[in-house]
Amino acid sequence: MVEEFRVVLLVFLSTVLVNNFILVKFLGICPFLGVSKQVETAFSMGLATTFVMTLTAAATWLINTYILVAFNLPFLRYVSFIIVIASLVQFVEMFIRKSSPVLYKALGIFLPLITTNCAILGLALLIPLNGYNFITSVVFGLGAGIGFTLAIVLMAGLREKLEFGDVPEVLKGVPITLILAGLMAMAFMGFSGLISI
Amino acid sequence: MLKKLFVDFKNGLWRENPIIVLVIGMCPTLAVTNTVENGLAMGIATSFVLLSSEIVISTFKNYIPNNVRIPSFILIIATFVTFTDYFLKAFFPDIAASLSLFIPLIVVNCLILGRQEAFASKNPTHRAIADALGMGLGFTWVLVLLSAVRELLGMGSIFGIEILGSWYQPMVIMVLPAGAFISLGILVGLMNYLKRRGN
Repeated sequence: MVEEFRVVLLVFLSTVLVNNFILVKFLGICPFLGVSKQVETAFSMGLATTFVMTLTAAATWLINTYILVAFNLPFLRYVSFIIVIASLVQFVEMFIRKSSPVLYKALGIFLPLITTNCAILGLALLIPLNGYNFITSVVFGLGAGIGFTLAIVLMAGLREKLEFGDVPEVLKGVPITLILAGLMAMAFMGFSGLISI
Repeated sequence: MLKKLFVDFKNGLWRENPIIVLVIGMCPTLAVTNTVENGLAMGIATSFVLLSSEIVISTFKNYIPNNVRIPSFILIIATFVTFTDYFLKAFFPDIAASLSLFIPLIVVNCLILGRQEAFASKNPTHRAIADALGMGLGFTWVLVLLSAVRELLGMGSIFGIEILGSWYQPMVIMVLPAGAFISLGILVGLMNYLKRRGN
């Protein structure tokens, strides 16, 4: 029991810091560049993504184990995962609209866009590759979401400061954002020796 | 007629280049450009999926109900991606292993879905083919250029062949994630500069 808890905790910490989805694995770069202009919206986007990621981890683990592996249908993996994610996002959108209109308004357009966030499909595909069990998968999904939120909120903070900076004309917009991300990735390399499983 | 097709083709190469102008499809651009071989393979795989799904969608566009067009597009794309994945695993296992996760992730590459929505679902098949070839080639040349710079500076080689002699001290950071972000940032900045001078 203690041993299991230790593994789960290590998976969580390593997904948030060491193998950060955005800065180390390059998953979810599109929202990272697109929705990181303001801290507030970046945080909402991060929360919505974390929510969907945790649910996706649980749903795709169940489908993979009890349908795809059980009936030997590995070639349907991509098609079925993308359908699950698209319907899950739709379901979450409907649920939030009914239960909490305030939150729904805050998230707005970002909810439907989550379907095409490659971090979600990447997460779903990484779980069978890593061979996690159900609990570890859910924690992995949660950790990936929190790591995503951390990176996108930090980036938004930097970009808010950058508004007042004197950036050369040709580097304005995307180029300077990418270079900033590179510096952040370098900083996150400092975590790489933190955990070894 | 041919001239019009050529305009569609040329569009993707420079004026609406998916990576440096539209800034879409960033994840594979950054992740697989550590060696030229990987960059080229990714470019070809993406172009193949783009071409085949544009052909299918532009041919059958009148039969796809408007309300469910996005899910239908994604399903068609996912089918071709599965095909590509199995093909690479069977014939080029080394490349399939080093690209690993990023072959299935072609499904959610915004470039592919974006072209279906913006072009293939509105235009006849022959124009869609020209557009797919142009966009695919535009995506591939940026990947190859970026990966050539990164491999040369990071390992002193291109296509695994040593170019810079033993005197060269490799900048390992260039093949790591941080180098990917920085070199793409500089490349996009350089393209902005060239475009401004062109005007």
